[in-house]
Amino acid sequence: MAEANTPGLKTSRLKDRPLSPHLQIYKPMLTMTMSIVHRITGGALYFGVLLLVWWLIAAAIGPNAYAALQWFMETWLGRLILFGYTWALIHHMLGGMRHLIWDMGYGFGANEREWLAAATLVGSIVFTILLWIVGYLIMGGIR
Amino acid sequence: MSDRAPQSIRTPLGRVRYLGSARSGTKAFWRQRMTAVANVPLTIAAIVIVMSLLGRNHAAVVQILGSTPVAIIMLLFILSSVYHMRIGMQVIIEDYVHDDLLKFIALMGNTFFSVAVGLAAVFAILKLSFGL
Repeated sequence: MAEANTPGLKTSRLKDRPLSPHLQIYKPMLTMTMSIVHRITGGALYFGVLLLVWWLIAAAIGPNAYAALQWFMETWLGRLILFGYTWALIHHMLGGMRHLIWDMGYGFGANEREWLAAATLVGSIVFTILLWIVGYLIMGGIR
Repeated sequence: MSDRAPQSIRTPLGRVRYLGSARSGTKAFWRQRMTAVANVPLTIAAIVIVMSLLGRNHAAVVQILGSTPVAIIMLLFILSSVYHMRIGMQVIIEDYVHDDLLKFIALMGNTFFSVAVGLAAVFAILKLSFGL
């Protein structure tokens, strides 16, 4: 009987078995949220790299192509995307450092976990804002 | 078969269907960590470089991006990032896409996207640097 159906992965393993509880069953916690945000920022950066590629290609093509990019980056939407992009980069970077600490076997204690998760979130926001303040100061004011 | 894994408890059928270890499981893990470490200084440098482009005209931007140290940093950043993001997206696809056909299409598309993005960026940087 079983041979006749040639059970693959789907039929043999996933049929009417009790499933382990998934995300919606748990109370949202900071560590869990930061883990999810790490994946979301990673996915966003995956497509966000197109912005950088546009930048480089526009500069390589010539003044007209670059003018189009520059116009977009000067709009509030362009600046917002750029700001979000730097935040995602920094958040993903700090989250990655957290993972590297865990990879080496440190930071698994209850307080350490919470502290690392909070540091990732607060650090990413503070660093991003500081970076933009410094950036605007170098550029000589808001423009 | 028996010469490859004499102590395996897996059945010959399981081995034929590739339902088990390919003995390269840590390769992607290690390379993800390696590119992650490389990306820390490279990302900071790239952010500073890109912010220095804001508000500058095309000629100035070409001069900045085309200068040798900036071009080298940007090339390293792009190559390390593209490799890192390909591994990351592969993990996401493997986690969420369970239909075989869709999964293979997504995995292939992931490689195509990463390679295309990387090559386009590298070409642009080299063009700016060599001034062609």
